[in-house]
Amino acid sequence: MKTGRFWAWVVFGLGAAYFFIPLIATVEFSMRMRRGVYSFDAYQIVLGDPRFQATFGYSVLAALFTIILGVLIVVPAAYWIRLRLPQLRPIVEFITLLPLVIPAIVIVFGYIRMYGSNSPLPFLASDRGTDLLLVIGYATLALPYMYRAVDTGLRTIDVRTLTEAAQILGAGWGTIVTRVILPNVLIAVLSGAFLTFAIVIGEFTMASLLNRPAFGPYLQNIGANRAYEPAALAIIAFAITWGCMSLIQILSRFAPKSANRPN
Amino acid sequence: MADPFLSIQHVRKSFGATTVVEDFNLDVERGEFVSFLGPSGCGKTTVLRMVAGFEEPSAGKIVVGGKDITRLKPNQRNVGMVFQAYALFPNLTVAQNIGFGLKVAGMPRADIDARVAEMLDIIKLPQMADRYPYQLSGGQQQRIALARAIAPKPKLLLLDEPLSALDAKVRVSLREEIRSIQKKLGITTIFVTHDQEEALSISDRIAVMYGGKAEQVGTPFEIYNRPATKFVANFVGTLNVLEGKVTDAAAGTVQVNSEQVSLKGKLNGSKSGDTLSLALRPEAISLGRQPGRDSSLSGEISEVHFLGSVIRVRVGIGGNTVSLDTFNSPATPPPAVGEKAEISFSSDDMLVLH
Repeated sequence: MKTGRFWAWVVFGLGAAYFFIPLIATVEFSMRMRRGVYSFDAYQIVLGDPRFQATFGYSVLAALFTIILGVLIVVPAAYWIRLRLPQLRPIVEFITLLPLVIPAIVIVFGYIRMYGSNSPLPFLASDRGTDLLLVIGYATLALPYMYRAVDTGLRTIDVRTLTEAAQILGAGWGTIVTRVILPNVLIAVLSGAFLTFAIVIGEFTMASLLNRPAFGPYLQNIGANRAYEPAALAIIAFAITWGCMSLIQILSRFAPKSANRPN
Repeated sequence: MADPFLSIQHVRKSFGATTVVEDFNLDVERGEFVSFLGPSGCGKTTVLRMVAGFEEPSAGKIVVGGKDITRLKPNQRNVGMVFQAYALFPNLTVAQNIGFGLKVAGMPRADIDARVAEMLDIIKLPQMADRYPYQLSGGQQQRIALARAIAPKPKLLLLDEPLSALDAKVRVSLREEIRSIQKKLGITTIFVTHDQEEALSISDRIAVMYGGKAEQVGTPFEIYNRPATKFVANFVGTLNVLEGKVTDAAAGTVQVNSEQVSLKGKLNGSKSGDTLSLALRPEAISLGRQPGRDSSLSGEISEVHFLGSVIRVRVGIGGNTVSLDTFNSPATPPPAVGEKAEISFSSDDMLVLH
């Protein structure tokens, strides 16, 4: 028994070292900008760079719109499939997995061909149109995560009976979705939202090919031309991702508990 | 007779090629408590769901209070429903659950609070307003579900096996509570169950269903004592079925095993030589000859089960086995397996199954 515990700790230690040593090395390197002493100069430069603020702000805004679009598409779709079209679930699951299989570069070239300035839907003819197309593209990229998160949330509640209980009490579809279904899968939706956020913040291909001032191309540009700042940026991006994950954990404590498993 | 409050007329429901409910008819008076009783798959829940509006009948119509509601959506029917799985909204407190229908209807906040408090008093859980469903026992959750269903003062209350998920003791107390609340509010109620004891104990009338049809509709007393079909007789209560041969149709005599039983007036057109299925409830049979019992059969005791206050005895008679119950008496030892025995009964209690 004691031997088993010893080896468990060894494996845990190796795993932790695998994850933390590169991270610690990056932190250490990012703080060596000033010769001979550790400093946060690289962080100050990065955070003080107007391009950082502009691109990060742009990407945060794009992430928010992507989340809104994703929730508006995925929640009603996943709900309706669970309620009325369960036979379509395998097909929809396959479709939502496609963005994992089809590279973003293929999707974005498709967009450029479909929505160029000479097409019937010329999204690319204006900046706002291109922004909109970028958000749509991001929503597509985030679809596998958002759909799975919401579907898993819906699996934890008795969708059909709750819907019927609300209907018989006089509720219409809007009330049912907003006051019964959404609050009960809110944590799942938030999980999907934070995953979407993490994807959008670091996304490079689409933003670069659509020529939008997003955080991903800025990261790439800094990485190619500077020494210490990319390490500081990597740590900042990492902190943002971890912050998102921590928020999921904190919010999941407030999830409505299932009434079907009392005490 | 006044028009019925709820009228289910020639309702049929098919799912693809499968017909689940066939030509179902039922009239329910205002304030009446009617149970749909039947085995799984008999169509009782489908009929209830058609009344609720969750399923649309393939044919026929449903009228409530003189208004045809067949094609109305569930949220337009003003019907309350309690589900087997409670179906309380996990994100809402007890008070919010009960007030949900009132809020949807646009009732002012103060009126909602007053009605919720009234409902909590009715179900005797006034201290539970701020609890969440997961903090309640199954019985408490179902009482909250009942309060939620009746809070908006629905025309009709539908109960879809509301006691099935509860343990035996809670079931008995809750069914009595449901009946008492129903009587107090005078609300017309349809109760779906597969538990005959539940149906017999709380219903004004029972519709026994089988194969998508109502086999018999009647009071619990009629259903139990005068079952109209073989299925009803077998499904409701314990029944001993004996094969008998009509020996003299005019005199109404039937031979069971080697003994003659008089069933005058019950043979219903049977001819001499016909074979009949005859049924007797265990409580209608006595061990040994008893005064006032005009018929008897001889056999051998094959099983004895001591059940506490009651002893269930099985007696082999020819090719048939008859169960009967005797009260336990500390002064009298139970009969022994293998003993010769005579059972007696009143021929009036014998049912001829068609």
